[in-house]
Amino acid sequence: MIEGIFVDGLIFSIMVLGVLITYRILDFPDLTTDGSFATGAAVATISIVNGLGLFPAILLATLAGAAAGIVTATIHNHLKVPGLLAGILTMTMLYSVNIRILGGRANVPLLRIETLYSRMPEQFSFLSEPWALLVGTLIIVIIVKLILDLFFRTDLGISIGALGSNEQMIVSMGINPRVLKVIGIAVSNGLIALSGGLLAQYQGFADANLGVGMVVQGLAAIMIGEFLFNTNKIFLISLRVIFGAIIYKGLMFFGRYYGYYINLTPSDLKLLTGILVIVSLVIAKTRNAASSADARKKAIKKNLALREHEEKKEIEHA
Amino acid sequence: MLKIEQVSKVFYPGTVNEKRALDYVNLEVSDGDFVTVVGSNGSGKSTLFNLIGGTFPVTGGKILLNGTDVTGKPEYKRAFTIGRIFQDPTVGTAAAMSIEDNMITAYKKGMKGLKISLNHVKREMFKNELKQLSMGLEERLKDNVGLLSGGQRQALTLLMTVLSRPKLLLLDEHTAALDPRNAQIVMDLTTQFIKKYQLSALMVTHNMQHAIQYGNRLIMMDEGNIILDLKEEEKKNLTVPKLVEMFKSIKNKEYSSDEDLLS
Repeated sequence: MIEGIFVDGLIFSIMVLGVLITYRILDFPDLTTDGSFATGAAVATISIVNGLGLFPAILLATLAGAAAGIVTATIHNHLKVPGLLAGILTMTMLYSVNIRILGGRANVPLLRIETLYSRMPEQFSFLSEPWALLVGTLIIVIIVKLILDLFFRTDLGISIGALGSNEQMIVSMGINPRVLKVIGIAVSNGLIALSGGLLAQYQGFADANLGVGMVVQGLAAIMIGEFLFNTNKIFLISLRVIFGAIIYKGLMFFGRYYGYYINLTPSDLKLLTGILVIVSLVIAKTRNAASSADARKKAIKKNLALREHEEKKEIEHA
Repeated sequence: MLKIEQVSKVFYPGTVNEKRALDYVNLEVSDGDFVTVVGSNGSGKSTLFNLIGGTFPVTGGKILLNGTDVTGKPEYKRAFTIGRIFQDPTVGTAAAMSIEDNMITAYKKGMKGLKISLNHVKREMFKNELKQLSMGLEERLKDNVGLLSGGQRQALTLLMTVLSRPKLLLLDEHTAALDPRNAQIVMDLTTQFIKKYQLSALMVTHNMQHAIQYGNRLIMMDEGNIILDLKEEEKKNLTVPKLVEMFKSIKNKEYSSDEDLLS
């Protein structure tokens, strides 16, 4: 059971890494997520059902998500619409596209077909089935995380980070910010779709509504992660995102499992997730204010000390 | 170096708010020129800089950089030859990133690839560059830029701007937001870098003393026109009262000619 939470959390964490790129690194609130997550699930499922093989299925799912991201970025860049609206447009259109991909149905099962998750117990036959799934997922997540860490240490990755922090600086460095946005949002949605493709195989079906509410859940996971520790290193930032994702899934699991004691139903969880995000925002704000007030006090102290020192010198001089 | 031909800019054309910010301006800056630009608020200094930098398009006229017409080129393409520093110290650097990440982004102009250039050789090089600022930043490569003071950030911006060796510097009151001590430090660094890398520069300032003290040429703007252009010798003998006197006499002449027209 506990392994199940971890597998769920780890698959979810890849999605949260995607949300991290848009929300935190690019500072581009991207709602494409809700659509591209289901797109990934749909593309992976249909590819597997049609016998394309597991690896091509996952690759196609990732590429489909990246394509959705490119659509959002292009709408934003060329029509000068705010990022939020561009994302909502793509997300809405993707709902129809996803049902088309699924062959006109809202739900396609993956039963009695070989998937990544039916392969894992064979691959790790020395482990019990739940543990085999956990180890298999963990390996995938570690690979994705390391590639992402590496990407954000390249010159391109660093400039994408700079774009999120200060667009004028990117322009001053002779870089077209539009191109960077396209790349960043494409990578983000590629990861989100990859996560969707994995989830479809884990739970054994793809559903056109799979992505509903994903953005907010992702944000909640990011914010939980940010309470764990403070850092500006991408290796630790992505690590805390993964921890946050697992903790979030754990919380939701306990909410579902023990919630009935306080009359909580599964449909209440979205409300709780939203409240969790709001509470996190409030805490982060007060924390920020506190730390900047602290910094101000320190600076004043330092200045006073410096002045005293100079005055002393002057007196000695005289 | 830089040639501006008959450039004009009209904001909100055809509306009641129509404003002619630049009125057929001509200006030529030679290699190695360090031009200080003075003028009251609304005289068109910032508009001139924004047009040269490419923030918004011209209404009419031509801008040539190193002999090539850049009038229609976007800001990020002009940035290859132009290094621009703004009044606000937060505009030139990315606060949420470390000093070394900021510097590697500034190291080379243009689109970046999937290479990891930030290695110990570069770090050593950045440390040496940062030592020129004598602010102790060379020990803080991994600190976020957001932790630095305004003066430190502006000095870092200046260093990052010249790191890629632009040909022309546009300094838009870049010391105005700093306290006098830091303003002096940044100003000294500016002249030092301009000399060292043989840059041409245009500097807007509200400080008349600075306008006279620095550079080899001074232009004064008023109501979208360049009304005064003093070079080398003329500038050397300039004092603040003389400059104010010149401004007044030009303005008076205009008023008197207006009166002549009306009478």
